[in-house]
Amino acid sequence: MAEVLVYVDHVDGAVRKPTLELLTLARRLGDPVAVALGAGAADTAATLAEHGAVRVLTHEAPEYADYLVVPQVDALQAAYERVSPAAVLVSSSADGKEIAARLALRIGSGVITDAIDLEAGEKGPVATQSVFAAAFTTTSRVSRGTPVITVKPNSASVEAAPAAGGVEALEVVFSAQASGTRVTSRTPRESTGRPELTEAAIVVSGGRGVNGAENFAVIEALADSLGAAVGASRAAVDAGWYPHTQQVGQTGKSVSPQLYIAAGISGAIQHRAGMQTSKTIVAVNKDAEAPIFELVDYGIVGDLFDVLPQLTEEIKTRKG
Amino acid sequence: MSLRIVVTVKYVPDATGDRSFSDDLTVDREDVDGLLSELDEYAVEQALQISENSDDDVEVTVLTVGPEDAKDALRKALSMGADKAVHVEDDDLHGTDAMGTSLVLAKAVEKAGYDLVISGMASTDGVMGVVPALVAERLGVPQVTLLSEVSVEDGTVRGRRDGDAASERLEASLPAVVSVTDQSGEARYPSFKGIMAAKKKPVVSWDLSDLDLDADEVGLAGAWTVVDSALERPARTAGTVVKDEGEGGRQLAEFLAGQKFV
Ligand SMILES: Cc1cc2nc3c(=O)[nH]c(=O)nc-3n(C[C@H](O)[C@H](O)[C@H](O)COP(=O)(O)OP(=O)(O)OC[C@H]3O[C@@H](n4cnc5c(N)ncnc54)[C@H](O)[C@@H]3O)c2cc1C
Ligand SMILES: Cc1cc2nc3c(=O)[nH]c(=O)nc-3n(C[C@H](O)[C@H](O)[C@H](O)COP(=O)(O)OP(=O)(O)OC[C@H]3O[C@@H](n4cnc5c(N)ncnc54)[C@H](O)[C@@H]3O)c2cc1C
Repeated sequence: MAEVLVYVDHVDGAVRKPTLELLTLARRLGDPVAVALGAGAADTAATLAEHGAVRVLTHEAPEYADYLVVPQVDALQAAYERVSPAAVLVSSSADGKEIAARLALRIGSGVITDAIDLEAGEKGPVATQSVFAAAFTTTSRVSRGTPVITVKPNSASVEAAPAAGGVEALEVVFSAQASGTRVTSRTPRESTGRPELTEAAIVVSGGRGVNGAENFAVIEALADSLGAAVGASRAAVDAGWYPHTQQVGQTGKSVSPQLYIAAGISGAIQHRAGMQTSKTIVAVNKDAEAPIFELVDYGIVGDLFDVLPQLTEEIKTRKG
Repeated sequence: MSLRIVVTVKYVPDATGDRSFSDDLTVDREDVDGLLSELDEYAVEQALQISENSDDDVEVTVLTVGPEDAKDALRKALSMGADKAVHVEDDDLHGTDAMGTSLVLAKAVEKAGYDLVISGMASTDGVMGVVPALVAERLGVPQVTLLSEVSVEDGTVRGRRDGDAASERLEASLPAVVSVTDQSGEARYPSFKGIMAAKKKPVVSWDLSDLDLDADEVGLAGAWTVVDSALERPARTAGTVVKDEGEGGRQLAEFLAGQKFV
């Protein structure tokens, strides 16, 4: 069976969920061969094997942390040359998309970004994309070279499928460009203990209606009662009430959870672009005319400072 | 010393209009007004700030690849304060994908002459966010992308990239390709003076032959990807909207329990 390269997103050996989703999708196309780079790369093997990786190619070098993107492209190209895969899959993070595109150019292949589904087709993998702020669904293919496709988080369910997953060292010769952009310092983000925004099954977001950084406690309390991630609209982020990493929308994260709760958010097109594919949508807004109500499964016209605390209390009571 | 900055700007259908596809599954440009992609305004703004903060002689050129109307995007950027504009226009460009777009941009940037290319973080239509990285790969120069802060000094570009796991400070020697996010600083509005001045600024038009490119390297024919179908997403079925009469939170809890979220 054909092999499919899967680029592994991990933090010091802990594999991130979108990679496990990629492995599920990769198995529809062939045998997944995972490529894990940087500190802790070899520690990913057990998890990857559990989810279907037939082989795990690893390489550790300081270059992956010291320089931007190109070292990863060099390594993925080395893996590509070694494996001659039928497709290359990368998850749709900022780095992931840049790595995928540069690899595709080098190997003379087309690239598709932000697929939300992937199937084997007669002429190669068929990618589904959700475009124009989720108003259209398209299917597309790479027509030249080896398909390189990036896939959005939450596009497939994670399935266990034990495979060999033997670790093999990948040989990488870095290009002259690899050291072009130096990372001179790195400030890690503090963990909030809440789920990752793009990976969470439930997201509770606050907007301008939250009216102040300290008031986000109301949003956080509801999120915590549901085990949810916290999101924010750009208006709330621009006001400095919540970190930009938590922004949902066109220039923030795009999320596709089982449940999205928008509180004090009007539902501008750029916000909708990032959450419209959520399975169930709930909104709380004072204004009955707010466009967000066009999307909802359930909406409450009311003050979020009345509705949310009551909801949080009720959830806690029901959960006991 | 002089510094030549080329800002890539895209002309896109207005996101607040009803965007759709033409019969050949390319973006329908007839039925929706176009404009300068709002995210490229941030790129123009940073170029102007670099110019204003520099002791060197800085020239800001804005560059677009697009149909006749794309001149509107160039005019907007010129009225913000850019010095001159390049418009790459050719019927054979219709339907170009990311690989083709980056090829044309790289050729045009080289022909224009550059020390620094500044792009937006993504277009507001394709939203791929890959063109700056592709242009850097083609030019063989460093990519310093997705910056929320950028500065240029003594032939070095520095910036801050805010990622999921960490916030990083980056540095590269010129020439380089930079892209900036919408966190980099509000873009200025064109002043009346700027709008009047823009009318007198030069706009150069190039076609494929000016860039030594063949028709089959770009457009639908030269694309390395194909779109097979585009379907409008069915409107969401109207949900329940109730007014809070004091029990809104509990009603919502009941709904969430019914959906098995609680
Ligand atoms: C290029 C570009 C990219 C953008 N990217 C994004 C993006 O990624 N994400 C994003 O979110 N936006 C983005 N925007 C901005 C977007 O256009 C809107 O400005 C923004 O989403 C508005 O945020 P909001 O809904 O919180 O604020 P508003 O539109 O001001 O809405 C606030 C809402 O809160 C309600 N409200 C007020 N008080 C209460 C209360 N006590 N209880 C209940 N409801 C209350 C009001 O009725 C109102 O509907 C982008 C814009 C551009 C031009
Ligand atoms: C809905 C949709 C989905 C698409 N999906 C794919 C796909 O999966 N694969 C593919 O190969 N193509 C795809 N395309 C085509 C692709 O969007 C265009 O070729 C486009 O010009 C390059 O990608 P982008 O606009 O997404 O650019 P991005 O990478 O998002 O743009 C980043 C920056 O590059 C610069 N830039 C981009 N285009 C131009 C231009 N024409 N002139 C000047 N500067 C520019 C701007 O500074 C912009 O801010 C898609 C197009 C649409 C409308």
